[in-house]
Amino acid sequence: MKDTLARLSQSFGPSGREEEIRTQLTKELAALDKNLAIRTDALGNLIATKPGDEKRLLLAAHMDEIALLVTHIDDLGFLRFSPVGGHDPRLLLGARVIFANGTMGTIGREELKDKEDLKLDKLFIDIGASSRAEAEENCPIGSMAVFAPHFSTQGSRIMAKALDNRAGCTVLLEVIRNLPPVDYQIDFVFTVQEEVGLRGARTAAYQLQPHLAVAVDVTRTGDTPEAPVMAVELGKGPAIKVKDRSFISHPRVKDLLEETARSQDIPYQLEILERGGTDAGSIHLTREGIPTGVISIPTRYIHSPAEIIDYRDLKNAALLLCSFLQHKDLFSSL
Amino acid sequence: MLGIFSRGQQKLKGMEKTTNTKEDKSLEYLDLLRRLSQEQGVSGREAKVAESLLKTLHPLVDEVERDRLGNVIAHKKGEGPDPHPRVMLAAHMDEIGLMVTQILEGGFLRFTPVGGIDLRTLPGQEVLIHGLSPLRGVIGAKPPHLQEPGERKKAIPGDELYIDTGYSKKEELEEMVPLGTMVTIERDLQLLANDLVAGKALDNRAGVTVLAACFQELTRLKHRADVYGVATVQEEVGVRGAMVSSYGLAPDLAVVIDVCHGDMPGVAEDEGFPLGKGPALGLGPHVHPRLFTTLKETAQEIGVPYQVEPSPTPAGTDAWAIQIAREGIPTALVSLPLRYMHTAVETLSLKDLKETGRLLAAFIQGLEPAFVEGLSCY
Amino acid sequence: MLLKELSEAFGPPGQEDEVRDLIREKIAPHVDRIWTDTMGNLYAEKKGRDAAGPRIMLAAHMDEVALMITRIDREGFLHFKSLGGIDQRVLIAKPVVIGRQRVPGVIGAKAVHLLEPEERERALSLRELFIDIGARDKEEAEKLVAIGEGAVFQSRFSSIGGNRVRGKALDNRAGCSALVELLQYDYPVNLTAVFTVQEEVGLRGARIASYNLKPDLALVMETTTAGDVPEAKSHQMSTRLGKGPALTIMDRTLIAAPDLLKALEETAQRLDKPYQWKQTATGGTDGGAIHLTGAGIPTAVVAIPCRYLHSPASVIDLADYQHLIELIHGFLTHAPGRRTGQK
Repeated sequence: MKDTLARLSQSFGPSGREEEIRTQLTKELAALDKNLAIRTDALGNLIATKPGDEKRLLLAAHMDEIALLVTHIDDLGFLRFSPVGGHDPRLLLGARVIFANGTMGTIGREELKDKEDLKLDKLFIDIGASSRAEAEENCPIGSMAVFAPHFSTQGSRIMAKALDNRAGCTVLLEVIRNLPPVDYQIDFVFTVQEEVGLRGARTAAYQLQPHLAVAVDVTRTGDTPEAPVMAVELGKGPAIKVKDRSFISHPRVKDLLEETARSQDIPYQLEILERGGTDAGSIHLTREGIPTGVISIPTRYIHSPAEIIDYRDLKNAALLLCSFLQHKDLFSSL
Repeated sequence: MLGIFSRGQQKLKGMEKTTNTKEDKSLEYLDLLRRLSQEQGVSGREAKVAESLLKTLHPLVDEVERDRLGNVIAHKKGEGPDPHPRVMLAAHMDEIGLMVTQILEGGFLRFTPVGGIDLRTLPGQEVLIHGLSPLRGVIGAKPPHLQEPGERKKAIPGDELYIDTGYSKKEELEEMVPLGTMVTIERDLQLLANDLVAGKALDNRAGVTVLAACFQELTRLKHRADVYGVATVQEEVGVRGAMVSSYGLAPDLAVVIDVCHGDMPGVAEDEGFPLGKGPALGLGPHVHPRLFTTLKETAQEIGVPYQVEPSPTPAGTDAWAIQIAREGIPTALVSLPLRYMHTAVETLSLKDLKETGRLLAAFIQGLEPAFVEGLSCY
Repeated sequence: MLLKELSEAFGPPGQEDEVRDLIREKIAPHVDRIWTDTMGNLYAEKKGRDAAGPRIMLAAHMDEVALMITRIDREGFLHFKSLGGIDQRVLIAKPVVIGRQRVPGVIGAKAVHLLEPEERERALSLRELFIDIGARDKEEAEKLVAIGEGAVFQSRFSSIGGNRVRGKALDNRAGCSALVELLQYDYPVNLTAVFTVQEEVGLRGARIASYNLKPDLALVMETTTAGDVPEAKSHQMSTRLGKGPALTIMDRTLIAAPDLLKALEETAQRLDKPYQWKQTATGGTDGGAIHLTGAGIPTAVVAIPCRYLHSPASVIDLADYQHLIELIHGFLTHAPGRRTGQK
């Protein structure tokens, strides 16, 4: 599981430009050799279907990551950019970024009178080009960059870029690897454009029309020095979401997840995220409404070049989801 | 409960005019409004209020059920030959509230608002904590003596507020109050002068009461339209229940019943509408022009007073979602003027409530297939 | 000139009747079928030479930012709110017309002489502004104007400089005008043009229009901010006048379908026509609503650069307008495959 996560987290997949991560995930799915029907839809969601009876479950994890979009190149070859997804200028300054073709860049800033003036439009990417032409050839307007790959472990902790949400993708792959025999259909969806507004999940849920859905994503923690109040910690188990800005969990789906965790003795936490949203926000409002739950991997420093999770939470999330699939009242109780 | 009632009646005795209104049966729906107002139903956790409503609507309609996201949908069939215009009446049943986010040493609870609650109104409120079994609590804050000089002039920030449960052990509370537990303000409905009532969650339990009142009126009338009364969930967190229920029902047209701001000192004339002068008919891009006109004409015909609420946006009502569901659903918005919105003393007129029910019933009675067809012709 | 007629037409969000009637009249001879929906979107279908060819939706919004009359006071002054994102700083001392009856009025405010020094420094809020229609009192005003009616700028459309024009509501009557012109030709593809309503109040018409049509792909014809004005830095200029139609890579509501963008870019190159990339990721268009409809619709936005959007006098370059028409004409003629824009 750790190796899978290493491969996925280092893969390139900005919102709206998910070709590379999609190819990587397709490879991973092929290697698992589970006879899933695999396809890509109009927006680029990757959908792997385990056929079954008329009941349908959707499992979603977004595969896109936040990025920078090149919007302007000046005469000296510096690149100006727009954020793709939620970026904090303080975390960008000095970060190293990489383009699809492997070009590396670092982020510099204009001279500022006041530190408060540190806004995204005062920053630029320096790829080391010495002219506009050189920059245009390597990173034309419209190209996107993500944080440079990095993957390291310390004890049970994992540090990498894009754990949001390659951690969730890894959980889905792990569930497929250990897929329990169930009668109903499962659509595993690796969604696009979550970071820019939960977009891929919306069209995926529309076409798949599931009766029940679970999204797997990351969530914040409150376990760092002087952190904002939040009762989620690394290593205390996957979090079962109660609420975020986009979503209030379906009471029965949340209970089913909790019942599963308790009966299987899987540690878990309850999550109330005051900001942010996940694919579940789109999914549960699709068509006539879809009962939806969320399993979250507690993650520190989300949307930074180095996010940290605990490997045990990742494993337990996969275990929880696998056990959940076998809950006998999965569809009947909704 | 008794105390409140007798106090209200005492006042009424002294006022001839309001006693007359009582004979007009404005008070007919008081008990229902009181019951619905007291029920718990914070956005996303509406089971209790839904249950109560299912019982209320059951005798008035042909069938009533909850959909997958919890919307209550009551269906009353139309009479006469096919086709039957399909009309949806929507009123949200969720209320704003608080959600427990953390249990602190000493038996205190931290919380986050659900929906746009006015945090300034919270200190000193009595609350009900809807954990495994209901608990009482109060919302406390640092006493004035201990505040820094500047602090007193500012509203207390939300993250410095907490709920005191009377319990002193964190462990004890953890058993009873899982994180995510909803909290509501404990408040009885108060009857004020002139048939005004004040209480919690009148936004939009008053709208839900109108829904019931309309069905009540319809039992006495012949109507061709198939009527779907929907008490929607999760309006206060982003008109979510309306979005899915209107998709599911795909009605020919919809009327949303909600509240708008009442008149009060310091509020401009086009922002606040007088209480007791009838429902405010929404007018703007979100409202189908012919539905507005028809509602207005119906009100004139049957002698229901009305006001006009012009608004560039539906300002966060279910109409926002319904109008653009599927291929588009012609939608109207009817609002009850209400003062002190999103506080625990929301105040409105029972007379408006009753008249709105009557207006909607008459509107539905007049619905014919040809009218519906015309709604797509511009 | 069609653009002049359209620019001068009255069309606040939700009150697009005049624009719709005008367009309907212009396109009727050139299309197979015309209809409207529950919100007033105007659809025009044009069957392609290849009936099995892709179904393409071309969208341009008809509505313009406006004011809505919300109150008439005792003295007969009209008070208003904004319908769509209007810049309140441009309102003061502008003539307006109210309703389809075009009742003339002016936007007034307390005279500069009567202001405290610090008051002069700040922009007036909408609440401090009002419309004077010359009425003596409320009663007289009510005979001319009804609550809920829209008011739009009264400004003269005219050409300025060499090849540029100024006028109100070029956002998005320029897009509408270009779409009307495009409908005069025949194409191999199946085309449905939609003149949408209520874009300025939240991309609302386009959403139900795309649900109604569920096309294979969609192109949105718009205007977009031109930032080439004094003091602006090069990288802050969203687009520039006269440099060709702008293609959007990403804005607040949409990441354009990459293959569709590429096809448009190749068309421009093939025809040797100028085009530019929109250099900021701000703003939103009907494309945001369209691409998320149903199972997803590959969507792109092509826009005419426009200075001073949402003001009484916006400015476009007619060369950009012409190049937009040629670009889309070239794209449609070259019969994009059904799978264009898909991955």
